Amino acid sequence: MAAAAALAPLAYLVLRSFEGGVRRVGDVLWQERTLALAGRSLALAGAVAAACLVLGVLGAWLVVRSDLPGRRAAAVLLVLPLAVPSYVSGFTWIAQWPSLAGFPGAFGVLTLVSFPYVLLPVAAALRSADPAVEEVARTLGKPAGRTFLLVTLRQIRPAATAGALLVALYVLSDFGAVSLMRFEAFTMGIYTSYQATFDRTPAAILGCVLVVLAMALTYGERRARGAAAGRAARGAARTPHPVPLGRARIPALAGVVTVVTLALGVPVYSLLRWLLAGRSAGVDPADLLSATWGTVTVSGLGALLTVALAIPVGVLAARHRGPVARGVELASFAGHALPGITVGLALVFFGIRVAPGLYQEVPMLAFAYAVLFLPLAVGAVRTAVANAPPVLEDVARSLGKGRAATQLLVTLPLSAPGILAGAALVFLTCAKELPATLLLRPTGTDTLATQLWSNTEIAAFAAAAPYAAVLLVVAAVPALLLDQFLRGPASRR
Amino acid sequence: MFPIRPRVRTGAVIAAIVALTAPLAVACGSGQAGPDTLVIYSGRHEGLVGGLLDRLGQATGLDVEVRYGGSAEMAAQILEEGAATEADLFFSQDAGALGALGEQGRLATLPARVLNRAPEKFRAADGSWVATSARARVVAYDPGQVREEELPESADDLLDPRWRGQIGYAPTNASWQASVTGFRVLRGEAGARAWLTGFAGNQPQRYQNNLAVLDAVDQGQIALGLINHYYWHRKVAEVGEENVNARLHYVGGDDPLALVNVAGAGVVEGNDSPDAALKAVEFLLSEQAQRYFADNTAEYPVNADVTSARHDLPPLTEVQSPDIDLSSLSSLQETLAMLQEVGLS
Repeated sequence: MAAAAALAPLAYLVLRSFEGGVRRVGDVLWQERTLALAGRSLALAGAVAAACLVLGVLGAWLVVRSDLPGRRAAAVLLVLPLAVPSYVSGFTWIAQWPSLAGFPGAFGVLTLVSFPYVLLPVAAALRSADPAVEEVARTLGKPAGRTFLLVTLRQIRPAATAGALLVALYVLSDFGAVSLMRFEAFTMGIYTSYQATFDRTPAAILGCVLVVLAMALTYGERRARGAAAGRAARGAARTPHPVPLGRARIPALAGVVTVVTLALGVPVYSLLRWLLAGRSAGVDPADLLSATWGTVTVSGLGALLTVALAIPVGVLAARHRGPVARGVELASFAGHALPGITVGLALVFFGIRVAPGLYQEVPMLAFAYAVLFLPLAVGAVRTAVANAPPVLEDVARSLGKGRAATQLLVTLPLSAPGILAGAALVFLTCAKELPATLLLRPTGTDTLATQLWSNTEIAAFAAAAPYAAVLLVVAAVPALLLDQFLRGPASRR
Repeated sequence: MFPIRPRVRTGAVIAAIVALTAPLAVACGSGQAGPDTLVIYSGRHEGLVGGLLDRLGQATGLDVEVRYGGSAEMAAQILEEGAATEADLFFSQDAGALGALGEQGRLATLPARVLNRAPEKFRAADGSWVATSARARVVAYDPGQVREEELPESADDLLDPRWRGQIGYAPTNASWQASVTGFRVLRGEAGARAWLTGFAGNQPQRYQNNLAVLDAVDQGQIALGLINHYYWHRKVAEVGEENVNARLHYVGGDDPLALVNVAGAGVVEGNDSPDAALKAVEFLLSEQAQRYFADNTAEYPVNADVTSARHDLPPLTEVQSPDIDLSSLSSLQETLAMLQEVGLS
């Protein structure tokens, strides 16, 4: 089923691409515009991923390892931007600073909404890393800076590159921010093709190119992740002594405050202004409640199904290193780079033919979320399982348990916090999803995202603001849980 | 020793599996729309037409289910769904999406008595769809920067160096693209290309949508903006006329800048409730519905006898627009190619 989830959109894309004949595929591919779009999307993805690496690693180190004032509050505030949908952030930014349109705006918005993808796993890695290795380096005479570069960075490298990959794939698939910032990226080409020509063939061909780009990035990340994963020794789980920042305290604090202000302050300020300025206010509390319930149920089911599908893939990826494991993991990442409308239409096509009883019902929407967000959960499961000591599995096997029973009874409970973190991440991402939700939700069911969309499309900003506000809150809850899950046993004690 | 308690764990796992599948089973139980239910795929937004479609149920006694989305996405969805679609009626924001479905044979031909309720200009030549309301392309201007006598009288006036960097437009907006198609129809390919090249040379400012263009004019960032008339009326309704600085200018004549475009409806071919769908189209053309458009969405009713009680709309009969077959606006692909060529896409 996980394989079906990964392959459904691919099969659809290939089918639609060749509908117009091989020549058509060649024509679309060799247009100068296609190459330009691909170049722009890759440049944006690279730049945003690099910026997120810097922000995420610095931020994680500051809140986990330094004596930054208010670092507990900072740890929470720096995760919360995950709850801001890119279209909300983009909308409020362009309204405040129209001159940002283009690459700078798209880069800024996407960096600010996605750096937590790097910060979260890096913070978790820093918390679980054995501080003894750093201490050894220090006693051998290495200064703090060199220790960070030589030891700490190596410990967090797998977490950081995995986070950066998610950021890059997300940037490839994003439509909200790039369209609001009028940066002509690949997804803009795909949408224009649907909206202007009602022709699904060029859109599908462009979708195939996105899949290839996603595969290349995923493969590159596997190479970059390297074999450095894992601990040198078990070590004692304990909290390392905070590194004094000294004179860097004030600039560090100012940096954190600036990032939080830009990522959270601007959207919240704009929402408040909408609420106060417009006359389209007076939202029906019953509508708001039913939209909230809609978001919670479809996102909850989406998160459950995604994690259920991710567990076998993640266990395979963590415990086995064969071509099959590699292939399944690679394929599961393809969906993440595709825009929601492409995945949505693929499931429209297959859904109504294969499972008409489920078409435009919640389960199929949950399945769409699984296709889109499987990598988020696979990454979480893989890391969690990799951190569970295999020796305990060996013990269970030696006591006569079979392979499946061992994984069910030993591996999964050990990796539960990490898996729950993955579920929280998928939940909040589902809550923000729009295009696939519009295509696949049951007729008459509204979510916060669809209500927000339908109100902003007709410029009823004051009416849209409550939906945006509740969406922020609903997405913020799992974001906070996520932070809790990833604190790990050492700091919870 | 590490505590492994198989029985407890197994129970927890079974509970988790049940918890995962139970809601799925419940969700599957909800019924599909039967022949008694009219399913409308609406590319028009709930905030605009939701109230009207509620009244449709009351007025006709039909059990109405509405699915909202973007017009292009819904057209793509109906095409992907093929014969299995549940959609009975497609209510579209623009003629292009209806035209695309009509071309693929996905819309049934409407009877003459329904088609005749709209002026000939505002219905498909092959009878596959009919307009339900209309919108005019207008020039929004900042009275602080532009005196009335300086206002453009034709599209060619926009090429004056006076407006360099001072005109806003929404390159991805369907109405803008349709108006460029209008240029091609009215002035021929060479004429349209010449105008677009001149326009691009005047460095117009690009915006995400018509509303952003209007906001920029309103705040004085640009002098002129190419938009649809109702954005201004809705903004006035939203924040009050005293708080809106921008004003509207109707170019008039048979100038391409004065194009009037439509929203409309078509009955999906092979649907399971054709009578109900037809009744719904008739309702959308009824006086009650036409008044709703005039009052609530600030669009022009296609029924010229209906006027708006709420918005200060000049009557549609007084709005001069080029005489153009709206079906000819479907050649969007060529328009996009041309826009790309001159650097305006």
